[in-house]
Amino acid sequence: MMNDLLLLLEKNARLSCAELAAMLDTDEAAVRAAIKQCEAEGIIRGYTAVIDWEKTDRDRVSARIELKVTPKKDRGFDALAEQISRYEEVQSLYLMSGGYDLALTIVGKSFKEIASFVAYRLAPMDSVQSTATHFILRKYKERGAILEDSPEDERGVM
Amino acid sequence: MDYEKQLSHIASGIKPSGIRKFFSLAAEMTDVISLGVGEPDFKTPWAIRKAGMDSLDKGRTFYTANAGLSALQEEICRYLSRRFDMHYETNQTLVTVGGSEGIDLCIRALVNPGDEVLIPEPCFVAYSPIVQLTGGVAVPIVTREEDDFRLTAEALADAITPKTKLLVFPFPNNPTGAVMRRRHLEEIAGVLRDTGVMVLSDEIYAELTYGGKHVSISGIEGMKERTVVINGFSKAYAMTGWRLGYAVGPKPIMDVMHKIHQFAIMCAPTTSQYAAIEALRSCDDEIEAMAKEYNMRRRLVVDRLNKMGLHCFEPEGAFYVFPSIQSTGLTSQVFCERLIHEKKIAVVPGDAFGDCGEGFVRISYSYSVKHLQEAMARIEEFLGTL
Repeated sequence: MMNDLLLLLEKNARLSCAELAAMLDTDEAAVRAAIKQCEAEGIIRGYTAVIDWEKTDRDRVSARIELKVTPKKDRGFDALAEQISRYEEVQSLYLMSGGYDLALTIVGKSFKEIASFVAYRLAPMDSVQSTATHFILRKYKERGAILEDSPEDERGVM
Repeated sequence: MDYEKQLSHIASGIKPSGIRKFFSLAAEMTDVISLGVGEPDFKTPWAIRKAGMDSLDKGRTFYTANAGLSALQEEICRYLSRRFDMHYETNQTLVTVGGSEGIDLCIRALVNPGDEVLIPEPCFVAYSPIVQLTGGVAVPIVTREEDDFRLTAEALADAITPKTKLLVFPFPNNPTGAVMRRRHLEEIAGVLRDTGVMVLSDEIYAELTYGGKHVSISGIEGMKERTVVINGFSKAYAMTGWRLGYAVGPKPIMDVMHKIHQFAIMCAPTTSQYAAIEALRSCDDEIEAMAKEYNMRRRLVVDRLNKMGLHCFEPEGAFYVFPSIQSTGLTSQVFCERLIHEKKIAVVPGDAFGDCGEGFVRISYSYSVKHLQEAMARIEEFLGTL
């Protein structure tokens, strides 16, 4: 049941325990206990909304940054990754295989803000060899949700 | 010109579909949340769409053999054997334009004027009009909620007369969601075995059963020789618009169905046939993923309806629930008309599926969870105003 519960919540974290219980063919108490356990074990790390900021008047720019770094002798990439992940601006951070080492997504109010984050925060870190910054021009899909107004249901009624 | 006089009196005499009538009303209104569709909300899996496009790309735009592409017939036989333990030869397999054409062909191949055709109701709306077109007599058999909307051996035995030619066997059932498990099929077979009655088993929802796999009546002892099975790609693979189905059955019947098909239709759409080969070869996982999703929605909707006081029989197949609205004191038609006018929710009155559907409505759960949540909330509000 646990994996099915997580899949449902990943798609829609606002389903009530009663709805989840019905969908998973169990009872509300079991759902509540399972969620609590997942939270305690750090399997569920939070509940957030998928927002299409384009539709708001809030200025917002995001960028994807690729970092080449020199791994530290004992801790590999972890020490640097830990430091970078503390910055509020950093939305996601991954260790990658391939042409570069760390990939991060950051958000800021303007291009300038992002540029200074790269210039003054990231680039000077002592194991960072190089950075490549790619600004995101438009988001089509975010965390499994397609960011466009859903097309009308074209199905007829039979 | 007096067209009334020109038209065939048999065709004119067919009663229009009760679903259509109600939904022309819905079509005139805006912002209606529909729970009325009879088709999947999933898109056809990408691999299948791609196979259709590739066939066009390669210029495969010709007729196929009347009975369908031989590769498709072979895949159909493999699929039926793999998933339902049904064993047919390719020469007993006919590719049709949707399950609907298969139903039409089977009835036309078997029914003589005056023959009686037994039709368990509530059921899909197409059987009885086709029987009328052949000059046959459609004889409804009432299925009841207390029997989980199953056809019982007693009701069947009572309905059989010397004129009975054919039993239409529509399970998993639209609109009730009823299924017939093996033990129920054995009982039906027990009644049919010593008669000359043939069976048209409409198994279009075979992949959508919950809490146990579908069993075809053709697999019960003595039934294969008297059963034509209709199936198709619409519901299992979310391919309604491709119009592709198939029929399998005893060769002498299939030969006559083939003959009618050849004159009336030529062949099923070629693009769809190529797409369907891909469906059968590589999409078992997709079928199961869709069925799992339907199952969660089914439980959600049944739970909500029961909690809000609309008693709801637990459907074990298809993607419909068929709650009783008798507690409201309204007729099905009035319930549906008021629900659409007052809360802008469209559901189908149960009597559209046969007179015995009165007192029920059909709700489709072939919608996103979000859509269903909103619709359920509005139905609950509506009940509060009664």
